[in-house]
Amino acid sequence: MFVPCADSAPDLTGCTLLMPAVSVGNVGQLAMDLIISTLNMCKIGYFYTDCLVPMVGNNPYATAEENSAELSINTEVYSLPSRKLVALQLRSIFIKYKSKSFCEKLLAWVKSSGFSRVIVLSSSHSYHRNDLQLRSAPFRYLLTPSMQKSVQNKMKNLNWQEMEKSPCIPEMKDSELCIRIPGGGITKTLYDESCSKGIQMAVLLKFASEGDNIPDAIGLVEYLNEWLQITKPCSDSKPSTLPWKFPSSWRLLFGSGLPPALF
Amino acid sequence: MAATFFGEVVKAPCRAGTEEEEEEDDEGRRETPEDREVRRQLAKKREVRLLQGQTKTSLEVPLLEKYPCSKFIIAIGSNAVAFLSSFVMNSGVWEEVGCTKLWNEWCRTTDTVHLSPTEAFCVFYRLKSNPSVFGSCPRKNMQITILTCRHITEYKTPEAPSSLPSPFLKALKTQTYKDAVCCSLLEQPNIAHDLPAAVLSYCQVWKIPAVLYLCYTDVMQLDLVTVEAFKPALSSRSLAGLAKNIPQSTEMLKRLMTTSEIQSNIYT
Repeated sequence: MFVPCADSAPDLTGCTLLMPAVSVGNVGQLAMDLIISTLNMCKIGYFYTDCLVPMVGNNPYATAEENSAELSINTEVYSLPSRKLVALQLRSIFIKYKSKSFCEKLLAWVKSSGFSRVIVLSSSHSYHRNDLQLRSAPFRYLLTPSMQKSVQNKMKNLNWQEMEKSPCIPEMKDSELCIRIPGGGITKTLYDESCSKGIQMAVLLKFASEGDNIPDAIGLVEYLNEWLQITKPCSDSKPSTLPWKFPSSWRLLFGSGLPPALF
Repeated sequence: MAATFFGEVVKAPCRAGTEEEEEEDDEGRRETPEDREVRRQLAKKREVRLLQGQTKTSLEVPLLEKYPCSKFIIAIGSNAVAFLSSFVMNSGVWEEVGCTKLWNEWCRTTDTVHLSPTEAFCVFYRLKSNPSVFGSCPRKNMQITILTCRHITEYKTPEAPSSLPSPFLKALKTQTYKDAVCCSLLEQPNIAHDLPAAVLSYCQVWKIPAVLYLCYTDVMQLDLVTVEAFKPALSSRSLAGLAKNIPQSTEMLKRLMTTSEIQSNIYT
């Protein structure tokens, strides 16, 4: 359930909800970190749930000593009122058999809060790509029927590639075709449920493998940026500077320092 | 997929934990009513049950509703429990007011009502001299302190872990906890998880003042040096005044250590 930080619940009607799926390489979650950090979004509440493994830590977006002591939990909601953007960040994995329950609770909140649309950032196993997918850009999108009317033209203008259908049963030659997102976590469930509930949802995903997924996250936010224009590209900046601010919690992603005795 | 050195292809572990999701989808399609019933029975068996202190009958109301208090201290793990037993519970008289009974597939105990002290997973005690009974809003007036240990290899730092002065104490506190903490705060990117994180998350969301003292140590079994690393917490407001006799406490701690040492040596 959504629990606001302030005494009263904020008005989220008409806002766009950005959220990650816990998926391969945690690409969606890393992308959300970049968005929240770069836009300096402020925390407006928690989506308190027993469906994800508990974790706590100090402010992952701390920029100075003063704001580093704020406690963060595994599911938090941030907002940028000027852009009518709300971001949900998930920081741990689902407890077994609880992911479907989470999807139901989340979509119920989406409906009751009056969000205009939901954008899910996700990823899929890159080793599952077919030959055509291997030769094209590793980004795909999916739209629910209610979203297609408003956004399909924009996607065509951007030259974006819709996620292809693949055989439901890969081993069978004449199997039916359906949307499959291997490694996508709750992406498919969210998409299917949104289709049946008439929720306007777009899924943006990148084909990725486990490893250093920061470049994948940057790729995904740039893909999203082509559509939403979250950050305007600066004409006078050098090509090497990125407009995305890495959060302070991205330090030591691959472990502590090395013991000098090793060498 | 990944190929190992010997050429066989194995499924690469996915840290986003998504393998289960696909299995779950398949299971959902093939699940029979019998499977669902078995899963439901297992979930019921895994439920945590609260029992009354003396009678060991089920507690129908939440424990803190029956025994509202202003200070709730939770120790998780052998070193934290030893610290609390020797320094805090050794001063004053504490009565057992309840315990929890739980079972899951990891437990080695049989499912019995009568728990021996070695089997009880969680026992609740109340200080007889100061029950701190408050009225109808125990939540608002309550302060929670959690003590636990973590292995030092889980602590991320730019320096080498071997250079760290183990054991050391770090703290995490909720927004409404306004008192001073007795050690430095846990820096990013370090996190806490499991039960301490679950308690702290609850407190943060529902605006209950709570503090977690996390002791990073290289000895996870009962160890004198690790237990003594919790001592600075005695100066915090939550534990102040509860530890009255430090020399006696240190003696009790040494006795606890000796008992466990003898038990753990299988060669004498």
